Amino acid sequence: MQKQAIFKSKLLPYALVAPQLAVVLIFFYWPALQAVIQSFLLQDAFGLSTSFVWFDNYIELFQDPAYFESIIRTFFFSFAIAVSSLSFALLLAVMADKPLRGVMLYRTLLIWPYAVAPPVVGVLWIFMLHPSLGVLARYLRAAGIDWNPLLDSNQAATLIIVAAAWKQISYNFLFFLAGLQAIPKSVFEAAAIDGARPMRRFWTVTFPLLSPTIFFLLVVNIVYAFFDTFGIIDTMTRGGPGTSTVTLVYKVYSDGLLGGNLGSSAAQSVILMILVIVLTGIQFRFVERKVTY
Amino acid sequence: MVEQEGIRRYLAHIILWIGIAIVAFPVYIAIVASTQDNALIANGQMSLLPGGHFFEVYYQTIFVGTSGSTREPVANMMLNSLIMALLIAVGKIAISIISAYAIVYFRFPLRMPIFWLIFITLMLPVEVRIYPTYKIVADLHMLDSYAGLALPLIASATATLLFRQFFMTVPDELLEASRIDGAGPLRFFWDTLLPLSRTNMAALFVILFILGWNQYLWPLLITTRDDMQTIQVGIRKMITTTDALTEWPIVMATAVLAMLPPVFVVVAMQKLFVRGLVETEK
Repeated sequence: MQKQAIFKSKLLPYALVAPQLAVVLIFFYWPALQAVIQSFLLQDAFGLSTSFVWFDNYIELFQDPAYFESIIRTFFFSFAIAVSSLSFALLLAVMADKPLRGVMLYRTLLIWPYAVAPPVVGVLWIFMLHPSLGVLARYLRAAGIDWNPLLDSNQAATLIIVAAAWKQISYNFLFFLAGLQAIPKSVFEAAAIDGARPMRRFWTVTFPLLSPTIFFLLVVNIVYAFFDTFGIIDTMTRGGPGTSTVTLVYKVYSDGLLGGNLGSSAAQSVILMILVIVLTGIQFRFVERKVTY
Repeated sequence: MVEQEGIRRYLAHIILWIGIAIVAFPVYIAIVASTQDNALIANGQMSLLPGGHFFEVYYQTIFVGTSGSTREPVANMMLNSLIMALLIAVGKIAISIISAYAIVYFRFPLRMPIFWLIFITLMLPVEVRIYPTYKIVADLHMLDSYAGLALPLIASATATLLFRQFFMTVPDELLEASRIDGAGPLRFFWDTLLPLSRTNMAALFVILFILGWNQYLWPLLITTRDDMQTIQVGIRKMITTTDALTEWPIVMATAVLAMLPPVFVVVAMQKLFVRGLVETEK
């Protein structure tokens, strides 16, 4: 689609795109290119000599069991966060879609966690579940669970999944609600007249009609779990105990921070970049399909 | 709907209240903890009812900071966060709206390549280019500065796309009319297009402000001076003090303060926010 009515000017359009272009080139493309170049280089410990090593950094990375584990862990976290948060949000959205009294109040009370920053989410949850002073940890111990996420890796992972899913409920809720409200009420009425009970109506009518939203949210949630859980992990476990909560993004950060291996850290960044490109690509194909339908 | 028996409706109310309770509980705990005595909390004896130290804790949090020697008062951190969030939100809107204007209303060589260059930045979140970007900001002597905090995050593919989409729907007659009135491209932009985009800009602002306020990884890396710290970074440093016991009431008060501005913005501008969100993401 092109505008028919346009202005004629030689220099003005360049002046208008210049600020954005400058930012994009200096802070996006140049560093991304640096990361790619760096990932093919090997520097000695003192940074005195650099040699071109082709894919050695990548090969080394994929032979490293720690990296492999963090890939598996990241995907596991992502799916656990997405599935738990999506299913709970869907339940709430279905309820909030009913013509209830005070439904606007419910919606307002449910959407605000969207605005809470990941590190704050982390601080809130670690406080509640801190082994020695957490309010909830007290009850867990009373229930006979030996709760100590600072020492137990499975518990640490659970803690992160719960906190990250908690934050994402409101976002998923909003999109589910919008999706539900886009379904014409007559469809439900027709199903009801056909004698379908509410549960059956949900699985045969609502769920299939909502599937594009579900798919969209699944991708968004996975991207969220990849990148935005950084603040949660950093405040709650700092990747520990051991490396049991180190995700791919956290590994780029911690490997680079320790300054050990620049080439490896760069190679990890490049792999993440490819992952983002794939995920964004999926999102856009989906959006396009929605637009043309 | 057809069978809206009382029982189902009660069930819906109950489920929604359970949802709200789950969503609100951590914040309730934070507020309660921020009014209690630290010794009590440290012993694991925290009460689930508010304590009597509200004013004392918040006064210390906002104006003094934790007892650890190098920590800043939270008022200062909030100011830094506010400046950073405003710079990011306003900056993103400003540079996006003018580049979208150029792309929609002008034909110039390299128009589409430039559009794609901007578009592809969607796929380069700061996390994946973190160390090279850090190095560039360091080379430009922008560490520990507001420019360094905001500039690398200021490009916005989504905002550009959104404005482009919106400009496409603006009828051509408007441009013809203002041209007959003798308006040039800048006049048309300022007098016609900008007022028309007001609601779009407001919705975007809400989302971008929250995005900026909630930034964490980037400020964590590039601020080393305590007085340049944002509240998100500050709160993390508070819970990892080595020199003393963590002062939980102050940490919780900081968490509450860190939540206030974005939550306020979301609740106050709910309608705009919801529309903006659905528009930018879909």
